Amino acid sequence: MYNFEFEKPSTIADAVAALGGEDAQALGGGQTLIPTLKQRLAAPSKLVSVSGIAEMQGVCVEDDGSVAVGGATTHARVAADAARSYPALAALAGQIGDPAVRNRGTIGGSVANNDPAACYPAGVLGSGATIVTNTRQMAADDFFQGMFTTALDEGEIITSIRFPVPQAASYQKFLQPASRFALVGVYLARFAGGVRVAVTGASEDGVFRWSEAEEALNKDFRTDALMGLRINPMNMIGDLHGSKEYRAHLVSVMTKRAVESCA
Amino acid sequence: MPKDSGIGASSKRREDVRFLTGAGNYTDDINVHGQAYVHFLRSDIAHGRITNIDTSAAEGMPGVVKVFTGKDFEGVGGMPCGWEVTDRHGAPMQEPPHPILAQGKVRHVGDPIAAVVADSLEQARDAAEAIEVDIEELSAVLDMKAAAQEGATLIHEDLKNNICYDWHLGEEDNNKVNEVFANAAHVTTLDLINNRLVANPMEPRVAVAEYSRGTDEYTLYTTSQNPHVIRLLMCAFVLGLPEHKVRVVAPDVGGGFGTKIFHYAEEAFCTFAAKACNRPVKWTASRSEAFMSDAQGRDHVSTIELALDADNNFTGLRTNTYANLGAYLSTFSSSVPTWLHGTLMAGNYKTPVIQVNVKAMFTNTVPVDAYRGAGRPEATYQLERVIDKAARELGVDPIALRRQNFITQFPYDTPVALTYDTGDYNGTMDKLEAAADLAGFAARRAQSEANGKLRGLGVNCYIEACGIAPSNIVGMLGARAGLYDAATVRVNATGSISVMVGAHSHGQGHETAFPQVVADMIGIDESMVEIVHGDTSKIPFGMGTYGSRSLAVCGSAMVKATEKVIDKAKKIAAHLLEASETDIELKDGQFSVAGTDKSVAWGDVTLTAYVPHNFPLEVEPGLEETAFYDPANFTFPAGAYACEVEVDPETGQVSIEKFTAADDFGNIVNPMIVDGQVHGGIGQGIGQALLENCAYDENGQLLSASFMDYAMPRADDLPFYAVDHSSQTPCTHNPLGVKGCGEAGAIGSPPAVVNAVLDALNSGGRAVDHIDMPMSPSRVWTAMHG
Ligand SMILES: Cc1cc2nc3c(=O)[nH]c(=O)nc-3n(C[C@H](O)[C@H](O)[C@H](O)COP(=O)(O)OP(=O)(O)OC[C@H]3O[C@@H](n4cnc5c(N)ncnc54)[C@H](O)[C@@H]3O)c2cc1C
Repeated sequence: MYNFEFEKPSTIADAVAALGGEDAQALGGGQTLIPTLKQRLAAPSKLVSVSGIAEMQGVCVEDDGSVAVGGATTHARVAADAARSYPALAALAGQIGDPAVRNRGTIGGSVANNDPAACYPAGVLGSGATIVTNTRQMAADDFFQGMFTTALDEGEIITSIRFPVPQAASYQKFLQPASRFALVGVYLARFAGGVRVAVTGASEDGVFRWSEAEEALNKDFRTDALMGLRINPMNMIGDLHGSKEYRAHLVSVMTKRAVESCA
Repeated sequence: MPKDSGIGASSKRREDVRFLTGAGNYTDDINVHGQAYVHFLRSDIAHGRITNIDTSAAEGMPGVVKVFTGKDFEGVGGMPCGWEVTDRHGAPMQEPPHPILAQGKVRHVGDPIAAVVADSLEQARDAAEAIEVDIEELSAVLDMKAAAQEGATLIHEDLKNNICYDWHLGEEDNNKVNEVFANAAHVTTLDLINNRLVANPMEPRVAVAEYSRGTDEYTLYTTSQNPHVIRLLMCAFVLGLPEHKVRVVAPDVGGGFGTKIFHYAEEAFCTFAAKACNRPVKWTASRSEAFMSDAQGRDHVSTIELALDADNNFTGLRTNTYANLGAYLSTFSSSVPTWLHGTLMAGNYKTPVIQVNVKAMFTNTVPVDAYRGAGRPEATYQLERVIDKAARELGVDPIALRRQNFITQFPYDTPVALTYDTGDYNGTMDKLEAAADLAGFAARRAQSEANGKLRGLGVNCYIEACGIAPSNIVGMLGARAGLYDAATVRVNATGSISVMVGAHSHGQGHETAFPQVVADMIGIDESMVEIVHGDTSKIPFGMGTYGSRSLAVCGSAMVKATEKVIDKAKKIAAHLLEASETDIELKDGQFSVAGTDKSVAWGDVTLTAYVPHNFPLEVEPGLEETAFYDPANFTFPAGAYACEVEVDPETGQVSIEKFTAADDFGNIVNPMIVDGQVHGGIGQGIGQALLENCAYDENGQLLSASFMDYAMPRADDLPFYAVDHSSQTPCTHNPLGVKGCGEAGAIGSPPAVVNAVLDALNSGGRAVDHIDMPMSPSRVWTAMHG
């Protein structure tokens, strides 16, 4: 690790101010950032921990029925506190990493990082959630911009994420055997207005919506509707753990299983 | 009735109290006043010529004590290889130099180029970043078959080629072997890869070295399975130090699995640097360093052919293996694909003609050496896979085919240089069939199929040569060391006993099992006996722990030393009881005169030994004896394993539903510890079969360089095991009749898992010939849809 300054403010405003300096970086649960620092792959001048900011903590149900999760809320807390208000999201959070990771890692950190194999991006995109920052609100469809890339500006903090709650939803995660991130993860949410299918782990462009499957399921919400639908393997990730073709195939299988579990 | 103490009792592991409560004392827990920290600058290029190293900027950085490069080690010995293999033409293997820090060339990613010693680790890392290294990159040699071709890029320019040796065992006459295959009613051929593994003990390697100017003495604390071996190699071959001036301590060690047998450059470096810097130095490997510097395991590419006659008797076996040694020869690397592998190719079967061919290759990868099982898993895997394939091709029951070819007469001389002393392969297979409820498999398969899953059953046998080894034999085969062991039994005045043993315990439970033996021999409570291990200044000598040898070899030394103690104690008892020594009997800690009620307690005799007021004049005071034991033969644990898997046909995911092991380990001192050793070994074997894979890309970069990509088995990947070791044919040539159990699980389980998956994939009219390990979901799915 290189030397850095450390601040732990208690308000969003103070955090924004602290992040104003050159090469300052937000620190959530540190589950991604700290290993990166230990390997000397990043050299921020200052880390600004957001975990002491009360207004970024917790899960609550808004007046319009949506579920808002504070940007610094840990996966473990979402798994426990959203279990009733948004069970599929809680189940997703409960499948991230191991207990140590879940008790430190945060939703804001995960979504800001946008790892192509991370779980939350699928939940956020699949739900059509709104990402709320210190300056603006963004639709999930505009937020994720490819592997490790998002619409966040430098120093911008995810303060909360608002999830409209679907009639039914399911996250189907196929584990990468080593990391146990998603080799392929499919988040399917069924709203009155239509079905959303978001896929993580599979694509070289990061999380994406599988629109053909959405269309088919909007017409007929049964697994039969998916028969013959195939993802083009071309843009899929191919690596030690699975070829492009295998990942494309898994997208179909996981989507089918998500439909079954929503039926 | 299970015993509650002594030999045969499942005494609880006393060492676990400290391990489970965080009270262990590992090498990284050791901090010496004033110590500086070492950071190694390692090559990120697999193969290249170093054209320039500039350390001047680094030397001026804050906290830097000294910067070392290969130049500082000119005239210092390199890392030695402990086994000289002779090739098929009688020539010695090619043995390239292996400097402590790279000299002239880097040969694998992770090869240390320079080392910085500084006041803090972060300062050392900062300075390492300021070292300028220019490397002219050369093409990386990775594929073993290509590496063997004439004209291949040379990894070591001073060698003729990249072949360390081309070795052969068994039938020399190719015509004879060809004839056996020509006359066969059936020949089964199989190409397979024994995947490269990273041992990944929980504790990474650590070395702490100090040097005393006042006494000219060194102490090295290191994560080793065999501190005396490290001292011998480092003093005699690397640094040229007198052994009596060097103390090597291996305190609690958090798992070895073979990879901590070897003498590593970092240990020698720290010892050297402690004097050069006149300061204690400490190095703790990061996990990333472990991935690129701990000797790795397996990595064989083989073709095996099995010939059978019209009655399905095995008539011949021929194997051709390319064995990857990596960039340099690690300490025992050369012995693994040869004497620990070729010699096991007979397995449990009376195949009359066997020919084993092994080309050992240098490649631009991390050195490969022994990993739990070491050579024997590679042999077992080949043999048990080809037998399974033969059974499928012939449409015969794989268990019946094995039984028909079992060796049943002992001792048995194999065509590949071993003499099995004893065994009962049919008896062990009977135990397996019962314990695994093989009769119920069809119903379980139907149940799985009803749930949309394919179910498979895989069965295999294994034999291993353990208790290594008779020094005269291994000497003939090229070992540059003897493989005896030693123990000192020191009885204290009040009757408690310290046993100094050469074996090192790093998870095996010696601290519990060894005292069970001594306590049982004397008839005292186990708690009165304790072993001391892991410190060259405390124990007489020891070749350490590997090859499932500790109890069979060091335990035998301990028994011999205890017998000497008892003999002497009997002399003292005879004197106290005014009887003849030959009439003295020892039972339950009491010496008595046969046929009388006269007796004296163990504690009274030991006290007399140290307070010799009333003492036989011809006997020396004190009660302490040492014995060295050199085994007469290897021991031959053997067994039969059964694995049942379910395969999800949609994803290729394999889950292990049932795993049963029937082992013959001869006599057993602590059944619970034996169960644990088998469980751990099977866990590693399942890891190899389903998950673990050390992969390099075409430039020699490690693709699986962290736990993000290297899949270790987790608890939920593993089933509950049924382990049966009631099949017992005691070893005929050691005093305890024990054979060793430490590696069996890792040797026996991979073929069982692979056979099971293939059985599943060949059910219901499907046909898949072979899948290489690890059978990841992706590979299984691809094989099904290939
Ligand atoms: C062993 C292990 C297993 C894991 N398994 C999984 C898994 O199965 N699925 C999965 O999805 N993830 C997994 N993760 C990742 C984990 O979920 C991390 O918690 C997550 O990726 C990052 O969250 P964090 O709070 O730790 O962020 P940090 O590591 O603190 O930060 C990550 C990045 O986000 C930025 N950041 C942090 N908070 C904010 C914020 N509020 N606003 C803006 N930017 C912010 C930081 O500046 C940094 O760039 C695993 C991690 C580990 C170590």
